[in-house]
Amino acid sequence: MSDNNQQNTPAPGAAPEPAAASASASAPASASAPASSPAPQPAAAPAPKPDTEAPRSNKILNEILGGSFLISILAVLLALIAGAILIAATNEDVQTASGYFFSRPGDTLGAIWQAVSGAYSALFQGSVYNFRRDSFADGIKPLTETLTFATPLIAAGLGVGLAFRVGLFNIGGRGQMLIAAACAGWVGFSFQLPAPLHITLAVLAGIAGGAIWGGLVGFLKARTGAHEVILTIMLNYVAFYLISYMLRTPGLLQAPGSPNPKSPPMAETAVFPALFGSKYNLHLGFILVIVATALVWYLLNRSSLGFRFRAVGENPNAAKVAGIDVKNTYVYAMLFSGGLVGLAGVSQVLGTVTGGFSGGIDAGIGFDAITVALLGRSKPIGIFFAGILFGAFKAGGFSMQAAEGVPVDIVVVVQSLIVLFIAAPPLVRAIFFLPKPGGRARRVLPNVSKEVAAK
Amino acid sequence: MKLELRGITKRFGSLVANDHIDLVVEPGEIHCLLGENGAGKSTLMNVLYGLYQAEEGDILLDDSVQHFEGPGDAMRAGIGMVHQHFMLIPVFTVAENVMLGHEETKAGGRLNLDAARARVREISARFGFDVDPDALVGDLPVGIQQRVEIIKALSRDASVLVFDEPTAVLTPQETDELMTIMRQLKSEGTSIVFITHKLREVREVADRITVVRLGKIVGEASPTASNSELAALMVGRNVELTVHKEPARPGAASLVVEHLDVIDANGIKVVNDVSFEVHEGEILAIAGVQGNGQTELTEAILGIQPRTNGSISLNGTRLNGQSVKKVLNAGVGFVPEDRTHDGLVGEFTIAENLMLDRSDQQPFVKGGTLQLKALNDFAEEKKREFDIRAESITTHAGRLSGGNQQKVVLARELSRELKLFVASQPTRGIDVGSIEFVHKRMVETRDAGVPVIVVSTELDEVVALADRIAVMYRGSIVGIVPGDTPRDVLGLMMAGETGVAA
Repeated sequence: MSDNNQQNTPAPGAAPEPAAASASASAPASASAPASSPAPQPAAAPAPKPDTEAPRSNKILNEILGGSFLISILAVLLALIAGAILIAATNEDVQTASGYFFSRPGDTLGAIWQAVSGAYSALFQGSVYNFRRDSFADGIKPLTETLTFATPLIAAGLGVGLAFRVGLFNIGGRGQMLIAAACAGWVGFSFQLPAPLHITLAVLAGIAGGAIWGGLVGFLKARTGAHEVILTIMLNYVAFYLISYMLRTPGLLQAPGSPNPKSPPMAETAVFPALFGSKYNLHLGFILVIVATALVWYLLNRSSLGFRFRAVGENPNAAKVAGIDVKNTYVYAMLFSGGLVGLAGVSQVLGTVTGGFSGGIDAGIGFDAITVALLGRSKPIGIFFAGILFGAFKAGGFSMQAAEGVPVDIVVVVQSLIVLFIAAPPLVRAIFFLPKPGGRARRVLPNVSKEVAAK
Repeated sequence: MKLELRGITKRFGSLVANDHIDLVVEPGEIHCLLGENGAGKSTLMNVLYGLYQAEEGDILLDDSVQHFEGPGDAMRAGIGMVHQHFMLIPVFTVAENVMLGHEETKAGGRLNLDAARARVREISARFGFDVDPDALVGDLPVGIQQRVEIIKALSRDASVLVFDEPTAVLTPQETDELMTIMRQLKSEGTSIVFITHKLREVREVADRITVVRLGKIVGEASPTASNSELAALMVGRNVELTVHKEPARPGAASLVVEHLDVIDANGIKVVNDVSFEVHEGEILAIAGVQGNGQTELTEAILGIQPRTNGSISLNGTRLNGQSVKKVLNAGVGFVPEDRTHDGLVGEFTIAENLMLDRSDQQPFVKGGTLQLKALNDFAEEKKREFDIRAESITTHAGRLSGGNQQKVVLARELSRELKLFVASQPTRGIDVGSIEFVHKRMVETRDAGVPVIVVSTELDEVVALADRIAVMYRGSIVGIVPGDTPRDVLGLMMAGETGVAA
């Protein structure tokens, strides 16, 4: 009756960390059996396959990525509510007013309203449109700032998201960005070339650097079976200290005559031109990111390589039986993933921080990209808008702090809560009393045996 | 003990797995629950065992209503369950497994293993089980492991025993022994619920038969009913139980396997010096109990087994050592044993699954770009041809029923030009209607002159399809016999007896 359950065979080996939480949160959904019962895990399959390295993490990924658009919206909403509570709690006026809450409760409520609405309106004005400015050209500046912040987030998010779709956790965004930034930066400050050629070369060098750093992971995974989470995390350190060393060594990346671990500034010809004149920071990188989004969409949805990517990501066993070279697919996927994350590094050195870079050039974007990819459900268009949302948080966070004295940390808390809610759809569903995801219920329909096997 | 279920209703989302099911099992009765895969038999038993809570209905034991929060409650009330997939810990001994969950301890929290051993010996002697309490469960054959499960249930004084598809993993001889045990238990007054979809077994031991279809009880039958009457009740229409096929007209030997060894990831030889050949236009069935190397053999032909010795050649071209891609391109069609695990990408649409093994070939791909029009036309055509019941070709494969999933796999594999067709457990877990269809297509493939290998653990299927039968036991081929070999001979061969083949 329950012969076809092997896909649920729990694969040995620890699931990567970000997924583990959601796994434990979502696993009990299948059957509500008490812990003492024989585990309702579908059936010890008669012959466990030795080569099931991916399925478990794939299942977790599916769980995360399979959530609906509604869940994303609700997660953001929940996070904003939680953020509001934190803003109110950390606000001094609220604290003072709450001291005499019982004599004049209106004061407390008023202060809360003041704090929260002030903070969120500052967030809006700092990230979309500033109504306090006279002209449209000035008022719209925050939006261009948002897009500038979003540029590397989208690029790196696309890279991480692409890897997710192939069933790989690319936690190595930082390392890939650093290597890419170093490659692009080196081309950017070392040569004297005409502008279009110089920019093109620098961009290509950066993408290639990221692709190699990512591809190396794919290669090692394919050849040796080493887990990509370990590899990418450790390569982050390798990249960081390698770049730090080079930045402190004259003749390598360090600016001549400077004692600081910092590179020389980019040559004029290598710097991304500003899109709307020098008044705004938004640069060519944003156009590149739009192109990259379109390309990734094509790759995943219309190309045969993307078809294989998705097949391997969803079910590597079936892909293998269908003659798809799973190992090569991992290598290609990591090359593309690294290249896209590399584009984020390029956009940092050639667009945002053109006066020379240091070891902190990645600005944590490699990790934020994971969040962006999750929020965007690893779909290119979704990642694009998730990146813009996060860009808005970054741009608006500073004005929140400046205008309302809200600690910028609170903004980060809100961001983190979004991730938490996104990565744990069952949590959001539980909070809003939503039914279990349609996919699960529908999947039960044909295969009652699956439910049934949980005995 | 008398067991009564009244109006049990269990829903999963919009699916009603059990719809107001009434069932009475008298003391000392073997009550068969017969139904197709997915009919809701196991769900019902999981409700009884406390694993699921029913939305409606009552469970009564000796006319008193029971409330089971979990299996612990059910066990205490005297219900025991022998699961299809054994719930045993392989690295524990028999005694340790039997005491698991209700361990007796001596002073200082030390386990009282002696008591458990005595219990195992006592039950074992009562029924003539011949089980050593100190044997490691992992070392025991499946038939004996099943007895450990039975002992486990009996050691908790179960007076209602549920057997969930107990024969799926047994050889025909072990099945006969199990039937004897069931009769013995019955004579001691134990009530038995026996879940199965195998008609022969039902008629052999059942006192009463209840047929379940689509979550409802559709009728009772007496053990004297004929196979086709029972099948018609199960499926809801008359079904053809035999496969119509002309005698084979075998041509030249096409697939030649010589001295093939397959070594698994643990370094164990799972296929041992196997040689056989398959001719054009014949069906070679590979029979055997699950786990005797059949899976690995077919995987070796396809090229997924990394370590093989010996040779596999198709029309003179060596297959082993080649990539899966090359093997497929050489004209091998493959239906994997576990379609959801190896045959389909559940989150892909039917159309996408149909091009899974041709993701870099015309007509589906040109210049690295998917040709969606060509793919959709192809998928529509196959959906009609193979009668895949789904809303549309964009339905996700994971949402199809087992039979329709299998049709998708078949449609994909049979739409290439084939030189060899290998089908592993092609009808496992699919409805009787689809079984008919699958068997018909396999015979058609044979008649088109393609050599066909069918791996099956179901003797019925082997006998129905095979022109020749190779029986595997512990990684070796015990013998290759004609398709009309009597079942009892095949049964003995499946248990490893070589002498009978001759």
